[in-house]
Amino acid sequence: MRLLGSLLLCLCIPAALAAEANAPKLDVGKGGECVKDTQWMRKNHMHMLKHQRNETVRKGVRVEAEAFKACVECHASTSDNSVTAREDSFCVGCHRYAAVKIDCFECHASKRKEALAKKETK
Amino acid sequence: MSDIDTQRRQFLKTSAGAAAIAIAPGMMLYQTVRADTAAASSKVRWGMLIDTAQCKEGCNDCVTACNKENGLSGKTGATDSQWIRKIEIKDISNGHTVSLPMMCQHCEHPPCVDVCPTQASFKRADGIVLVDRHLCIGCRYCMMACPYKARSFVHETLTDQNPDVPRGKGTVESCSLCVHRIDKGQIPACAEACQNKAILFGDLNDANSEIYKKVRSAATVQIRADLQLNPGVRYQGL
Repeated sequence: MRLLGSLLLCLCIPAALAAEANAPKLDVGKGGECVKDTQWMRKNHMHMLKHQRNETVRKGVRVEAEAFKACVECHASTSDNSVTAREDSFCVGCHRYAAVKIDCFECHASKRKEALAKKETK
Repeated sequence: MSDIDTQRRQFLKTSAGAAAIAIAPGMMLYQTVRADTAAASSKVRWGMLIDTAQCKEGCNDCVTACNKENGLSGKTGATDSQWIRKIEIKDISNGHTVSLPMMCQHCEHPPCVDVCPTQASFKRADGIVLVDRHLCIGCRYCMMACPYKARSFVHETLTDQNPDVPRGKGTVESCSLCVHRIDKGQIPACAEACQNKAILFGDLNDANSEIYKKVRSAATVQIRADLQLNPGVRYQGL
């Protein structure tokens, strides 16, 4: 039992420390907690997005707080209004670190609506 | 028991507690209570009635409004998306011309849905025919099946899309009846933009709606009614 415990500790502590040290510094935009706490969102945002996209597109159920554009609205950088523009942008920064390629932004807007509206009137 | 032993035991206890907290959030997935907005209802059948007598030749307001709302370029080349187009038809025996807008007819039995190999093409409960671009593989079979030539394929990479209307390269798209506006209780952009009120939008199943009454009191036709697709878009004065 002791052996197992110490083995687990040996494995966990350096991993946890290393992850903390190398973790990407993200520009979280306005940030805050709207849907769930940070740890939950880190782990499950992809399931939530996929579930919600099917509900919205196919059934017409629109949940304002869980909408894709609501994510962008809060997490886009306050300086350039984007979640993908820079290395440390909210989506790009972490996905590059985790080496997970996403294609959300081939179709979805990666900027706040107000930023796009401004561009149009210029 | 030695001092070190107790300390170690205490430490293991707390780390086990921390591990339990770390696992718990994952198990809570989808158990939360949500205040959903209502899903599309099959009691509703969205449709349009286009009065060609009111539709002015040369007027392009509906097309412009559609392009602006949905973020289309407005170009009409072979590889550009067009969700709605203006058509002038002429009776060559007497020269009588009629002008009308043509777009997805939102059929009750849509051929595009029948042929789609991935079920990306689908009809929503309220009669709106849409493309689920998460599933579309860009095979364009639906474009071939559509008798109204209503669908377009996105050939080029797009940027700065309207947040309400995601569109992207490699997928097929068409008039969505401005579904994002309908879900907010608004009418489609083309119907709103038409100065002559030639486009009447409403629920074909609602006995109190203007479109319901007009369809029952005036002579209206469906284009290619012989195909028995029962389009939700009807025309008056053809």
